[in-house]
Amino acid sequence: MGGPYWGPAPIKVEDITMLKKLSMAAFAVALSATSSLAATEVTWWHAMGGELGKKLEEIAQKFNESQADYKVVPVYKGSYPETLTAAIAAFRANQQPAIVQVFEVGTGTMMAAKGAVYPVYKLMADEGETFDPKTFLTPVTGYYSDTQGNILSLPFNSSTPIMYYNKDVFKKAGLDPEVAPKTWKEVEEFSKKIVSSGAAKCGFTSAWITWVQTENLSALHDKPFGTLQNGFGGVKSEFTFNGPLQVKHWANLKKWQDEGLFKYGGPVGGDQAATMFYAQECAITMNSSAGRAGVINNAKTFTPGFAPLPYYDDEIKEPKNSIIGGATLWVLNGKDKATYKGVAKFFSYLSKSEVQADWHQFTGYLPITNAAYDLGQKQGYYQKNPGSDIAIKQITRGTPSENSKGVRFGNFTQVRTIVDEEFQALLANKKDAKQALDSAAQRGNALLREFEAANSN
Amino acid sequence: MDTKRTTFNNRLLPYLLLAPQLAITLVFFIWPAAQAVKSSFEREDPFGFSTVFVGFTHYQRLLADPNYLDSLWRTAVFAVSVTVLAMVLGLAFAAAVDRLARSAKFYTTLLVWPYAVAPVVAGVLWWFLFNTSTGLLPYFLERFGIRWDHDLNGTHAMILIIVAAAWKQISYNFLFFLAGLQSVPQSLIEAAAIDGSGPVKRFFTISLPLLSPTTFFLFIINVNYTMFDTFPIVDATTGGGPAQATTTLVYKVYQDGYVGLNLGSSSAQSVLLMLIVMLLTFVQFRFVERRVQY
Repeated sequence: MGGPYWGPAPIKVEDITMLKKLSMAAFAVALSATSSLAATEVTWWHAMGGELGKKLEEIAQKFNESQADYKVVPVYKGSYPETLTAAIAAFRANQQPAIVQVFEVGTGTMMAAKGAVYPVYKLMADEGETFDPKTFLTPVTGYYSDTQGNILSLPFNSSTPIMYYNKDVFKKAGLDPEVAPKTWKEVEEFSKKIVSSGAAKCGFTSAWITWVQTENLSALHDKPFGTLQNGFGGVKSEFTFNGPLQVKHWANLKKWQDEGLFKYGGPVGGDQAATMFYAQECAITMNSSAGRAGVINNAKTFTPGFAPLPYYDDEIKEPKNSIIGGATLWVLNGKDKATYKGVAKFFSYLSKSEVQADWHQFTGYLPITNAAYDLGQKQGYYQKNPGSDIAIKQITRGTPSENSKGVRFGNFTQVRTIVDEEFQALLANKKDAKQALDSAAQRGNALLREFEAANSN
Repeated sequence: MDTKRTTFNNRLLPYLLLAPQLAITLVFFIWPAAQAVKSSFEREDPFGFSTVFVGFTHYQRLLADPNYLDSLWRTAVFAVSVTVLAMVLGLAFAAAVDRLARSAKFYTTLLVWPYAVAPVVAGVLWWFLFNTSTGLLPYFLERFGIRWDHDLNGTHAMILIIVAAAWKQISYNFLFFLAGLQSVPQSLIEAAAIDGSGPVKRFFTISLPLLSPTTFFLFIINVNYTMFDTFPIVDATTGGGPAQATTTLVYKVYQDGYVGLNLGSSSAQSVLLMLIVMLLTFVQFRFVERRVQY
């Protein structure tokens, strides 16, 4: 890199003393460059664009400044699927990064790739870093541990879906803006009032039909999403998300769409859901807690409210905890000892409560450790920002059951696509709720068998 | 027909001259294609730890999978619609510009512009125009009682990608048709005019038949274009949805291979796609050779 030499270009070169200084500076820069070359580089591929990406780079920067031996180099690789695919391709070509950020649906794929992954609990033990799984939030670690309770990847950005609502529209519709609907029955009632009073065109919308209205719906009501503890028990699991509860909910969504109470926000993350909520077209939306910053930034003309996800009170009295989404950091095999030492140091740094609390408060992702949550409470963050602890409370309430611990399936990215497709078929009157979910489960099971075959030899 | 023959004194020279082109073909076409054929017979985990030879399993599964057969059918609909639309409009514009004397150059330039637009940009452009909440076209369509909704309506989504893909291809067809029209012997047209046939009749009885080699060439090129190059358009507008209504063969290859990491099945799909295009190209050469005689 010839960068530093050309840096101070506007300086008049005629000035000899200046020139001397300049060459001295160049020499110093060169020296520092070699010293930073001596630092072991730790490559970190991630999928955080925009504001999140900047914050992530800031974290890496601060770690690099905190010590001189290791240099973490974050590289943005595009969307989550793109990052995962890139890392896999790189691994096959022996060009893999030390750390890669993988989204939660890629967990099954990573866990099955035993030869490619350096489990975090083992790495930390090998490098002598203190790493106590108990300091982390249980629902977060539960999602990323093997059956023996060992954490395989470092939780970094975890979120859970919550409900966002428009207080001004609630007021206009004659509803109490401080009272969010608790149950689906109330969501229906409130939506009817909102639409009939003309306060908004639609009652509610939702991002992530798969994650929010199917996976989390099942967890909340303590219903299985698949056999073998939702896939935690092995690759032989089968989908069972076509049960009566899910069928009832999908049928309701279809009914509410026909009545104009619900509007579809699109497949995958449902980009339109946020747009419709910001434009005050829909009074309520359900989305990741990490969408909080976006809501606050975009809700310029109205006051947003935050609440837990609704549930069916005739199905369950006390809803279970919701399950997480987001991503974790996986360490890939094939690097030298020095690099792994750096990774371990960096992971210790990332788990510090100040770093965690800062990331959590800036992004709306969950605090990963109990200490980070405590720190936020001490700082009075949750009092100053009402609604910011809804996600944490929702994910830690009650005792997690086998059905609310999370889901872990192979080929899950494709399964989510299938669930989206079947939901679209339902809304387009091509299938009823039962047919759509049956078909989704059946197609999903074919993919699970495919995954089982590819990973059992 | 006697052909010109160049003789090289050095026996190595012709091979040397061909070498760069051959190397490129080998590295960028033959080698990856062979890889695809190889992995289409294998089942492999994404990281490549275990590879098992599975014979024709992937092909059998694909050909028994209603989703794949649907995708095949949709690709045919898409390819034919785009080709017909782009060729008819391209020919219409070419015929119109061919009749212009002074402003022909100006219109040619304008009509060629869309070809310079990257497919993904073309996709985004039409996605904006057709956007259900902010787009211009749904707003006008609503006056005709049509509620545009390509997020849920498969037919709407298909129309969207057809329009976007055709729009980009019109320029290409236009250029070839214009060149073709300009090489139609003026004497034939004048003779017909003297015999009293009008411009429409002259177009259909003289120009169009004489254009048939161009037409057929363009037909094959357009079908190939829709088979392969329209991936960015689909990705930028509908993402293959809703409910796979716009998942064409090439998009499915991407979905299963790149997103789903199911390399075996994805390779088998690539091979099938390759066979289809090879067949089309073969037909073209046979057919054009015969037609080009007159």
